[in-house]
Amino acid sequence: MSAVLEIRNLHVSVEDTDILRGVDLTVKQGEIHALMGPNGSGKSTLAHALMGHPNYEITDGEVVFKGEDMLELGPDERSRKGLFLAFQYPVAIPGVTVANFLRTAINSRRKAEDSEDKGIPIPEFRKLLKDKMSSLDMSHDVAGRYLNDGFSGGEKKRAEILQLATLEPDVAVLDETDSGLDIDALKIVAEGVNKLVGPGLGVLVITHYQRLLSYIVPEHVHVMYEGKIVESGGPDLALKLEELGYEWIRSAHS
Amino acid sequence: MANKDAGNGVVRGRRSSVADLHVDESDILNISDIMGDAGWYAKDRMEAFKVYKDTPMPSLEDEAWRRTDISGVDWEKFSKAIRDDKDIDNMAEVPEYLLNPLVGDRQGGQIVVSGRKVLQSSLADEASSKGVIFTDFVSATQNHGELFSGYVSKLVSIADGKHASMAGAMVDQGIFVYVPAGIQVEMPLHSVLWLNRIANFTRVVIAVEKGGSLTYVHEISSSDEGSEQLHAGTVEVFVGDNAELKFVEMQSLGENCYHFSHEKSQVGRDARLDWVFSAIGSKLTKSFLDLDLVGNGAWGRMSGFYFAAGKQHMDHDTQQNHRAEGQTSDLLFKGALRDGSRSVWQGMINVEPGAQKTDGFQANRNLLLAKEARADSIPGLEIQADDVRCTHAATISKLEEEHLFYLMSRGIHLEEARKVVVDGFFDPIMERIPFEGVRERLKSSVVDKMA
Ligand SMILES: Nc1ncnc2c1ncn2[C@@H]1O[C@H](COP(=O)(O)OP(=O)(O)OP(=O)(O)O)[C@@H](O)[C@H]1O
Ligand SMILES: [Mg+2]
Repeated sequence: MSAVLEIRNLHVSVEDTDILRGVDLTVKQGEIHALMGPNGSGKSTLAHALMGHPNYEITDGEVVFKGEDMLELGPDERSRKGLFLAFQYPVAIPGVTVANFLRTAINSRRKAEDSEDKGIPIPEFRKLLKDKMSSLDMSHDVAGRYLNDGFSGGEKKRAEILQLATLEPDVAVLDETDSGLDIDALKIVAEGVNKLVGPGLGVLVITHYQRLLSYIVPEHVHVMYEGKIVESGGPDLALKLEELGYEWIRSAHS
Repeated sequence: MANKDAGNGVVRGRRSSVADLHVDESDILNISDIMGDAGWYAKDRMEAFKVYKDTPMPSLEDEAWRRTDISGVDWEKFSKAIRDDKDIDNMAEVPEYLLNPLVGDRQGGQIVVSGRKVLQSSLADEASSKGVIFTDFVSATQNHGELFSGYVSKLVSIADGKHASMAGAMVDQGIFVYVPAGIQVEMPLHSVLWLNRIANFTRVVIAVEKGGSLTYVHEISSSDEGSEQLHAGTVEVFVGDNAELKFVEMQSLGENCYHFSHEKSQVGRDARLDWVFSAIGSKLTKSFLDLDLVGNGAWGRMSGFYFAAGKQHMDHDTQQNHRAEGQTSDLLFKGALRDGSRSVWQGMINVEPGAQKTDGFQANRNLLLAKEARADSIPGLEIQADDVRCTHAATISKLEEEHLFYLMSRGIHLEEARKVVVDGFFDPIMERIPFEGVRERLKSSVVDKMA
């Protein structure tokens, strides 16, 4: 059975301010959805709330993933269950190399499944990481660098996709993975994502630009405005936004 | 020998309200007797005691002690232990893990001292045949007096502080390492001072003469069990011209131990000292750690690792003194603090007039793992030459929620995520430690401390 992420009537507040005011959205494994909307409309808030960030308080609604209530689970459990978030602003973790970090992440999963697990053998891990880095056209030196520490904007985004590729989730939220990428990098990252997309992966792509969507073509496009999804449609909705901007949304929903 | 009881009675009655050790000359003579001091050290001991008596116990009013309060120390209890010359009851054995080689798989020599007793003392033939000396303090004063007396108290003066004179007057164990000029000691040396007395006083002297080289790991440790303990010690490190010393000090004293130390190194022309400190133990630590670069082109690196928990208090006071041209000193101290523990680091780079072409670096970084933990970090530069490059940095940061969330969002458990961040924090210190075994020990102490 394919995994389904169901968001129903989700209300989220941050520091006592209501940000999301009833979001409904369903992403199935194998589907590509785009989420657009003006700055500050609540897209990243949705992403963080889905992942279980402690500062985002769920005041109403539910999130069900693979038939289970996600809101009861910690961020690590959500991840191990198969949800992934590529951050809009990934944080740097000084002193922790990309390789070390990814190995710890993989081993956490293995350990959760089998408490006796000894961890992924180093040669196997090395090969896995090398393959994934090559597929994203990343320099292998990245493995030995401290995670996101001193990375350029584009390098950070690529490192997020490297993590996506390595951890192989069922549903991934990509929060503005295209921002900060130059045209070549955008193409590489988009191709990287495309290779992962298929029956095994559902994606929610948060973006401001049609450009990414011409590589990763969504079946469904949603527009968030003031904490709600106010429009949903096919790929042509993204084109319409590109052409007209958000003015018509504002006038229709204010 | 003087009449001990009569002397003590008077002194005790008169001075018991003063926060200090209440011992008198007869007690010092008694220690001298028990230790079988060679004549010259018996004399030094008594001189140190005179200085000790004339030096007031430091208090919060003294600049160097402003952040470390020792007014709660029960000196009377320690005085009694000294007078009665007592070990701790039910003393614990030296733990096995302290005896394992930390550097390389073979040791060139190992000394294990428990209290005053030398449990083990070995030195490879290939070193001893070249004139290398590696021995305990008692044997050093008795059998190598002429050589040893040329080093002991020559760097750390008994006048350097109350606890320096305390150690000088009451010393009852220690280590002497001597590497003659031009001798390279290939295999590392290892010593363990296991403190099992209520009051412990140690002196360590390392001398690597011109062109010699040595790697040496020295551990000082005691049990967490049992009553409060006192340790005062001195460490003196001589690195002759063109000599090289890698010196690792591991402090894992019991949680009931008050630890005071005065340590000083002197580095000659084009010589190198790589000095590593690790501190995970003690109830309270106050250490003065001085690097004196005296010869042109001398190089010295100080790398400190500390991790405090519970109510531990660790205070490290460092100095990097540049006294000639073309020198480099590089200090990095990193510490993590959990629960209600506290650390103090106060560092100073002194560049004397004429010490041109100096590079001096100094950084102290602290990671607070709990709201109640506290770190004070006070860097300082005093530069009297113009062609120098000196930098200093001090940071105190908290374990960041965003870091933990990021790691957890990849499936890593909270406990593991905390450990990943802490390991990452210590990584730059680990990178400066050239020995796998030492790094492993520090890593496992992080695991213990986080548990
Ligand atoms: N941690 C926070 N603390 C305070 N306010 C927050 C926090 N997170 C989000 N907000 C507020 O919530 C609103 C929605 O922010 P969010 O980041 O979700 O928008 P967005 O749609 O992702 O915008 P952008 O397109 O600029 O990335 C904004 O007004 C923002 O200031
Ligand atoms: Mg956003």
